Amino acid sequence: MATESHSADAAASAPGMPQLDFSTFPNQIFWLVVTLVVIYFVLSRIALPRIGAVLAERAGTITNDLAAAEDLKLKAVAAEEAYNKALADARSAAQNIAAETKAKIQADLDKELAKADAEISARSAESEKAIAEIRNSAVESVKTVAKDTAKEIVAALGGSADAKSVTAAINARVKG
Amino acid sequence: MADGHEGGGLVIKPMDQFTISPMFGGDSVGMFTITNATFWMFMAVVAIILMMVVGTRGRAVIPSRAQSIAEVFYGFVYNMVVDVAGRDAVKFFPYIMTLFLFIFFANFLGLIPLSFTTTSHIAVTAVLAMGVFITVTVVGFVKNGAGFLSLFWVSSAPLVLRPVLAVIEVISYFVRPVSHSIRLAGNMMAGHAVIKVFAGFAAVTAVAPLSIVAVTAIYGLEVLVSAIQAYVFTILTCVYLKDALHPHH
Repeated sequence: MATESHSADAAASAPGMPQLDFSTFPNQIFWLVVTLVVIYFVLSRIALPRIGAVLAERAGTITNDLAAAEDLKLKAVAAEEAYNKALADARSAAQNIAAETKAKIQADLDKELAKADAEISARSAESEKAIAEIRNSAVESVKTVAKDTAKEIVAALGGSADAKSVTAAINARVKG
Repeated sequence: MADGHEGGGLVIKPMDQFTISPMFGGDSVGMFTITNATFWMFMAVVAIILMMVVGTRGRAVIPSRAQSIAEVFYGFVYNMVVDVAGRDAVKFFPYIMTLFLFIFFANFLGLIPLSFTTTSHIAVTAVLAMGVFITVTVVGFVKNGAGFLSLFWVSSAPLVLRPVLAVIEVISYFVRPVSHSIRLAGNMMAGHAVIKVFAGFAAVTAVAPLSIVAVTAIYGLEVLVSAIQAYVFTILTCVYLKDALHPHH
């Protein structure tokens, strides 16, 4: 404990504790009140509204950002769905086009085949006709040649051949 | 500082550090004299302005370090007020913030060697505590009228006990400012006095190392006490305010 007396200090008259030196109380109380009033006005007028505004702004920013992120996420999901739908559409369209083209080609092919078949059959019919003609004309020639030859042979053998009977005989032979 | 005499007695004056003396000459401490106490109160104001105004001048959504500290203090006290005293106590937030920051900085500035701890004086803490007491009482009667007296009438107790409890409640209500102020001043004074006593023993060579270790340890404890006492004073203010706003048990 400070029992020694100080030089000429006001506190010298105080008991052991300067805290109980009542002569300093008005001074302390006055300056404390001044201090507290200054702090109160600095805080309530400047510091606290400012910090409160910053905190509110931050909370707002965070909320907005979260909402925007949620929004973008939904948009991304929608975009993905649209993409998948477009892909499926394109696929079915491609299949349709392929099927249509196939059918068209098949139809054209069938038509061409039918035409070709018709032509082939027409040509073979023509050829058969031509062959038949050639055969007929060949038979005629054989008859003519046989008739002439027979006449000549008969004449050479000294007989006089009746043209009519020779022809009849040749015809009978050729037929047989 | 303590005077240690090798041969003579060891004279330690642990209370000298609390002496209030004029800073700019003069012998007497008048009402408006600038004393060491005045100076360190002013330093507390400067520190608070530095932290709460200069530190937040950027108003940044993404805070600087200084702004983060100010925001931590703001959030800490704001949540304390809302959690303890309720949402309708928010209009007292600047007042409670003032108390907390003043006590906090006065305590910590007092830990600077050779500085002066304004909150170690009962005159200072008594003004703070009486301010709280008067505020709470006035708010209680203004908000609740005579209903504020139901604070002393414990309706959950048996009827026979209620008058006895009422007497106890009234006494405890009026003891509040006393305990409120002496707790803070006592803690601050005791810690600093103990540090000074150990520092005085450092003059004796034989125990000097031990005494320095002890000073360091007590200093660490005092750092804790400085923050905790500021917190305790503030949270008790919130509790008293809750009683004033919602007196029904």
